[in-house]
Amino acid sequence: MIEPDPAFLSVHSVSKRFGGLLAVSEASFTVKEGSITGLIGPNGAGKTTLFAIVSGFEKPTSGRVLWRGEEITGRPPHRLAQDGIARTFQIVQPFAGLSVRENIAVGAFLRHRRRADALAVAEQVAERVGLSAELDKPAAALTVAGRKRVELAKALATQPKLLLLDEVLAGLNPSEVRDIVPVVRAIRDGGITVFMIEHVMQAVMNLCEAVHVLAQGRIIAGGTPAEVVRDPAVIEAYLGHGAATRLASHA
Amino acid sequence: MTAKDLLPIALFAAVAALLPLFVTQNTWLNFAVFTLIICLAAQGWNILGGYGGQYSFGHAAFFGTAAYATAILQMRYGMNAYPAFAVGVAAASAVGAVIGFLSFRSGLRGSYFALVTLAFAEVFRVLANASEVTGGAAGILIKLDVRPANFQFDSRASFYWIALGLVTAALVVTRALERSRLGAQLVAVRENENAALALGVDALRVKLSAIALSAAITGAAGALYAQYFLYLDANIAYGTWISVEALLAPIIGGAGTVFGPVLGGVVLHGLSEFTKTLVGRIPGLDLVIFGVLLILVVRFPPREIPGLIRMWRARR
Amino acid sequence: MRSYPPEIIGEAVLNGLLTGAIYGLVALGLTLVYGVLHIINFAHGALLTLAMYAAFVAWKVFGLDPYVAILPLVPLFFALGYGVQRLVIMPASKGEDSNILLVTLGLSIVIENVMLAIFRSDTLSVQVPYAMEVVELGPMLLGFPRVVGFGVAFLVAAVLFVILTMTDTGRAIRAVAKERTGAALVGIDVKHIYAVTFGIGTACLAVAACLLLPFFYVNPRVGNAFVLVAFTIVVLGGMGSVPGALLGGLFIGVMESLSGLYFGESLGQIGIFLIFILVLLFRPTGLFGAKA
Repeated sequence: MIEPDPAFLSVHSVSKRFGGLLAVSEASFTVKEGSITGLIGPNGAGKTTLFAIVSGFEKPTSGRVLWRGEEITGRPPHRLAQDGIARTFQIVQPFAGLSVRENIAVGAFLRHRRRADALAVAEQVAERVGLSAELDKPAAALTVAGRKRVELAKALATQPKLLLLDEVLAGLNPSEVRDIVPVVRAIRDGGITVFMIEHVMQAVMNLCEAVHVLAQGRIIAGGTPAEVVRDPAVIEAYLGHGAATRLASHA
Repeated sequence: MTAKDLLPIALFAAVAALLPLFVTQNTWLNFAVFTLIICLAAQGWNILGGYGGQYSFGHAAFFGTAAYATAILQMRYGMNAYPAFAVGVAAASAVGAVIGFLSFRSGLRGSYFALVTLAFAEVFRVLANASEVTGGAAGILIKLDVRPANFQFDSRASFYWIALGLVTAALVVTRALERSRLGAQLVAVRENENAALALGVDALRVKLSAIALSAAITGAAGALYAQYFLYLDANIAYGTWISVEALLAPIIGGAGTVFGPVLGGVVLHGLSEFTKTLVGRIPGLDLVIFGVLLILVVRFPPREIPGLIRMWRARR
Repeated sequence: MRSYPPEIIGEAVLNGLLTGAIYGLVALGLTLVYGVLHIINFAHGALLTLAMYAAFVAWKVFGLDPYVAILPLVPLFFALGYGVQRLVIMPASKGEDSNILLVTLGLSIVIENVMLAIFRSDTLSVQVPYAMEVVELGPMLLGFPRVVGFGVAFLVAAVLFVILTMTDTGRAIRAVAKERTGAALVGIDVKHIYAVTFGIGTACLAVAACLLLPFFYVNPRVGNAFVLVAFTIVVLGGMGSVPGALLGGLFIGVMESLSGLYFGESLGQIGIFLIFILVLLFRPTGLFGAKA
């Protein structure tokens, strides 16, 4: 029997099976309060499924998710949001018919019943992510980078304690990535723990204090970014069998 | 909600209230009252369909339930017309909540929600047609006893003002919804249910609130219909005609806008009266026009009249 | 509950099977369109009404027996269905479920009310010499037109099966139903196949209309009586399944006949609607894929 981890968020032996496919297998890891923690892994490793389980969009086939000592396995997403876990989506999901301000306000309405309060929060959040100039534009009219910021702002407006970012940098060009990295760091500095799936390795190295590596549904490594990229198991997972030894012999 | 939000509604009500001063012929007032009843039913549909994106094909279930409830309570249980009206509206709202709970909990949306609401309305129609308490196929009459205390009036103008009052109240409710948390969450669910869930929106609860409110407003139209015409049968109260009317007006006038249903209702029925005077009374002709309009607004966006006005303005 | 002698019940069951086959035929068109185009065609009932009026006119004006009228009406309605899909539904849909919902609803309103404007709300029927003839099956008597309807409905299903499995067009239809993008990549004209499928679905209605007319009536709203039944069958039999539509039709036919016997004509219909609602509410994913 595993003792409940005192950690902020802890995942215990979580598995998810879709028909014959085992998307996540016995995954266990923790996220420390106040950290920026990364989840990396090759395509199809099961990262998004794991995220969906933590955020309540999928129920795990087995295993448990604990949030500040309390079991939240299978709790529906809207209740998790209430409890302080917010997420963004890899494919951004703006409310197309609404303005940027109204998009963000939907998140803010979670903790503010009055429209005036929600709109005020929306404006504050927009400023934090650099959207102040776009508040009255329809969300559908923004560039990809702008929509990523809206996605971030909507989640922030729910005033979460833990923010799950699903590839918030994907699809951005290098200069846009450079712009948004400090925004993520500022979010953490404002007291929100960040747990992010990310492909852009440079950003992971730059931002994360801790990284978990998922490959073929299993957590194969964990540690600081510097430790993880040297881990032979990780190199093999990314570059194929035998890659670690080949690299070592070249060195 | 601010005074600025309410100004257009107040203007509309004030101008429309003047109509009986200029139009005194009963046939025209009849037409005006009937159109207002349709507008009211359509405003109900607009809450769920326009703002919530859940297209019901069975709003007759709510219209008919309130209509029958108000008639039966008066005729079989001797209740006064005003409380009977209120009970009718509440009954419609309850029916809406139950149908909504069953459908939304099962995750029905889009065409499947349309189908299941259609089927529910048909069940009610067949039941009302066979049951004794509704008067079966013969229908039910509300006893003629013209006294304001009975919600029956000498002049059609009085009814016109009451119908207008209800339509105005529904406009205010819609505007208040737009400015409320529920309204924002409802639109969020319409645009993207998963994204709304992730932001803590309890989508099921939001949709249930919407259908209960929607059913109450359409129910008010049904109860008013009963009170005005004093006769109901299953094909009137639960017929597909009212489900279709309630849906057409907002779609044509602008779904998910405050004035869309009223605009659509007035345009559609104005058009139908106009063609009647032009080519004479041919049964079904008005609905042929409505159907063609429906196809055209879907085929050629911008989908509705306000969109056309915006486009026309942009061109100039 | 009343009790009936076995031959009455047997006759009700058989009559239900006979009507059910025609229900199955109506459902066949609906299920095919759903299976391939993934749309729910709310105009299906109105198109059946139109076909029944066409068969009526063929009899009244041209003196064609409804069974003979099948020959001209099938190609006519195939062309109509093809055109409606290509010229009305497809351009308006823009890939959105709600648009298809509204356009097919609009179509049904137009068709129904054009019929009302032309023929008024009177209920019409044809007089054919064999309308009252019966086929004796032991102690039970079965209406001749119903027996014919049963046979032809199965014949049509068999022909359809052959078309879908043996011809190039049929294989293309099944390919599009399974994997639209893949089918387009190997050079199948998906828009054409959609319209062909819609045409076949509408042609099924033309046959059903001609089979119904000798023992049924026609009025502008007659299709509505069938469309919810057809939807129920399609849901029961599995969306897109040809044998499912036929078996579902037979089942619903028997259900309707028996509940009519025990609960009376008007309340008998409720059984069907309730089955429909229950299946939609409790097994929508399995049969309908509604949550997708």
